[in-house]
Amino acid sequence: MPKDGGIGASTKRREDIRFLTGKGRYTDDINLRGQAYAYFLRSEVAHGRINHIDTKTAAAMPGVLTILTGDDFVAMGGNPAGWLIHSRNGDPMKEPKRPVLAHGKVRHVGDAYAVVIAETYQQARDAAACIDADITDLPAVVDMARALSDSTNLVHDEIGTNQCFDWGWIEDNRAAVDAAFATAPHITTLQLINNRLTPNAMEPRASLGDFDPGTGDYKLYTTSQNPHLHRLLIAAFVMGMPENKLTVIAPDVGGGFGSKIYHYGEEAAVLQAAKLLNRPVKWVAERSESFLSDAHGRDHVTKIELATTKDGEFLALRTETMANVGAYLSNFSTATPTFLHGTVMAGPYKTPLIYVNVKTVFTNTAPVDAYRGAGRPEATYSLERVIDKCARELGIDQAEIRRKNLLTPDQFPYQTPVGLVYDTGNYQATLDKLTDIADLAGFEARRATSAKNGKLRGLGLSTWVEACGIAPSNLVGVLGARVGLFDAATVRVNATGNISVMTGAHSHGQGHETVFAQIVADRLGIPAESVDIVHGDTSKIPFGMGSYGSRSLSVAGSAMTKAVDKIIAKGKKIAAHMLEASENDIEFKDGSFSVAGTDKAKTFGEIAFSAYVPHNYPLETLEPGLEETAFYDPANFTYPAGAYACEVELDPDTGHVTIASFACADDFGNVMNPMIVNGQVHGGVGQGIGQALLENTTYDENGQLLTGSFMDYAMPRASDVPYYTVDHSCNTPCTHNPLGAKGCGEAGAIGSPPAVVNAVIDALHRAGHSHVTHIDMPVSPARVWAAMNQA
Amino acid sequence: MTKTTMTVNGKSVSAATEGRTLLSAYLRDGLGLTGTHIGCDTSQCGACVVHVDGLAVKSCSVFAQDIEGADVKTIEGMANADGSLSVLQQAFQDHHGLQCGFCTPGMVMSSAALLAENPNPTEHQVRDYLEGNLCRCTGYHNIVKAVMAASDQAVPAE
Repeated sequence: MPKDGGIGASTKRREDIRFLTGKGRYTDDINLRGQAYAYFLRSEVAHGRINHIDTKTAAAMPGVLTILTGDDFVAMGGNPAGWLIHSRNGDPMKEPKRPVLAHGKVRHVGDAYAVVIAETYQQARDAAACIDADITDLPAVVDMARALSDSTNLVHDEIGTNQCFDWGWIEDNRAAVDAAFATAPHITTLQLINNRLTPNAMEPRASLGDFDPGTGDYKLYTTSQNPHLHRLLIAAFVMGMPENKLTVIAPDVGGGFGSKIYHYGEEAAVLQAAKLLNRPVKWVAERSESFLSDAHGRDHVTKIELATTKDGEFLALRTETMANVGAYLSNFSTATPTFLHGTVMAGPYKTPLIYVNVKTVFTNTAPVDAYRGAGRPEATYSLERVIDKCARELGIDQAEIRRKNLLTPDQFPYQTPVGLVYDTGNYQATLDKLTDIADLAGFEARRATSAKNGKLRGLGLSTWVEACGIAPSNLVGVLGARVGLFDAATVRVNATGNISVMTGAHSHGQGHETVFAQIVADRLGIPAESVDIVHGDTSKIPFGMGSYGSRSLSVAGSAMTKAVDKIIAKGKKIAAHMLEASENDIEFKDGSFSVAGTDKAKTFGEIAFSAYVPHNYPLETLEPGLEETAFYDPANFTYPAGAYACEVELDPDTGHVTIASFACADDFGNVMNPMIVNGQVHGGVGQGIGQALLENTTYDENGQLLTGSFMDYAMPRASDVPYYTVDHSCNTPCTHNPLGAKGCGEAGAIGSPPAVVNAVIDALHRAGHSHVTHIDMPVSPARVWAAMNQA
Repeated sequence: MTKTTMTVNGKSVSAATEGRTLLSAYLRDGLGLTGTHIGCDTSQCGACVVHVDGLAVKSCSVFAQDIEGADVKTIEGMANADGSLSVLQQAFQDHHGLQCGFCTPGMVMSSAALLAENPNPTEHQVRDYLEGNLCRCTGYHNIVKAVMAASDQAVPAE
């Protein structure tokens, strides 16, 4: 059994106390003396030429301090894409500038082109309504297929095309894949849409900029998943200031799901305004602005083909995808549909030949970037849906076709045909576990009960693998990454033995303050209460790449573990001196340094005290103090995997789908805090059910956003989901990080959408609607009803 | 600007308001009670729920001046007198009913109102009552569990 508070314990979260009593400190809760307020004026048209912006009337309104437009930021740099992707023909991707405020043209509804700073928020908002902008409407580029064939209506005139790149993965495999298809006994083809989503973290984006004229230092409080990345982007790429003149603080952050990874223009604008006015400037998004301007997710149109033998053995897989990047490249928007999507197309299966083609398309819509799962949900959905269709065509049971093609435990490490090496896994074990916890044997009886109640019941499966903790830096560099993907931690032991751990990961719901303390305390054999976790402040933390891609534990947690090991190593040197023994004879266990085979020992606290009051200390050979920093660059991705089952009940009169049950058997490697891991899976599955049944970010043909509020965009509510059954007992620990951890943050959102849709198709087939081979997400009552009643 | 007075968490307080000042803004900006959160601008998300004269109300849907003199309770007033967590708050911690914490104040205030109205709600009634409160982190599983547990009812093991 784990110790209370150590690795493996379901320790209650320490951060909950402040959140449950109203003492959280989110960006909008922070107010600085003399603070002014910003309101951004956003384009009402999807595509337009800015002729003139008249701010004279607005500038004379009460309380207005200044008004800035795109002209004021022309000299600044653009917000860059973090990955340079090359097309199949070797050409680099098209990379138009993404300015702080729109200049020359507005390119999507919600594209900010002016900002008013005033004494109060209401004054800024009132004045913005008096800005007279002369903008000529241009035809909007919205549909991806049309955008690609359109050479006259261009989102970015200067690049001469609406295509960003045309990527092949792996191009050298293409001929062999095509040859396999030419002779395949059976080919299943599926055309599908991975619906566009709005991340909708419950805390809207917010930024508070401050400037110190005495030192020339900037400070930005902002809703960020990765404050160091924000500092790097703002300082080095956009504003052009020395990185050490900018501090970025991401205090409590109310959810991210990808949308707060990215730097947005509002952040640079409030910093610039703070400098110009010599006053702090605050901006808080209204939810309507979030819908218009936060990076959206998914939005792929895909044709997937699976070549098999007559008995369902996978021979080859081929996909063609159009991926929307919206009006501007966001920071991960080129990596998401490529290296986070094409590389996981093998799934947990031994398909020998795979080729993936992705064309990315500029449109007059908000930028599209990583959203929980980022590329991996798109790949998993395509794969698990085409397998479902293939099984039906061949008359093979859904579990059996998967079982037949799953990699077996003796095949690890496994080199996939799409560039990854899976280090470890046991996909049969999670599928077996799922069979048990989802009581698949009892399905027919449940179906009969549903039928008695006039409902159609269906069962859908999904077996999947993902790639997390993206790495190693030297490899991703070759693939086009413009940053490293390591993480860092400093472990500071104070003289009195308590500890501050500065981590580059950022917690915005994941419970790092609790679980990281568990890890450090466990390794040092001290109470978790003695360990404080410090995150979200670039002035306190050595460096860090932040939290996304389920990387916090496997990467930042590993950095922390390395730093703790350095503390122990130094502690041994101090103990050897104090105990008059050889360093090699010192053992460290349960918070005590002892001389092997004797009862001579010093506690961790005594060693810490000696490091800071070095009266009896080897000063000639060892520096005083007890503080260590470690950087950790992973040797490989980690590969969480799982098997999910969804049962739905469908009302044949209305087409309404209810989730009757949802079960997850996951392999996350070693688990640090089971309670938190379960919560991560619940949340991911909730979002996956939202994508499958409810959510759909929709633009009309003029590029107007039709889903601009919670009244139009259907978020999952408590009544839309059931209690979930989750299990993570089938663990194969990661082989290449010190914690054996794989990551769990995105799993639920990756594995669940295909299970839901497969269940709906299953319910329809069992009821005789065998002509329905696919329904695009969200599987709304209208779509289900139409599919059932199509001729 | 008008001075608007009410009782908040048992204390008589006042702050300057405009006619258009919402109760949510009055609490946050006027009184510094930032536990009440603003998650939308269409009264859909429920992060701003408080109790007004004992009823759960979305504080973004009420003008402060319209409830002059009311008795308001916010998340800051929910703990026990000795500062310890109330049974409901404790259940949220025990059952991991919160992650990022942003929707949490509204969830707690709505759930408290439910339990005051119906001390033994069914799972279905809890889910139904919380329809006006959005959470993006938890998939609602542990929120529902916390409310059921706070009313001494059976919950799933995980």
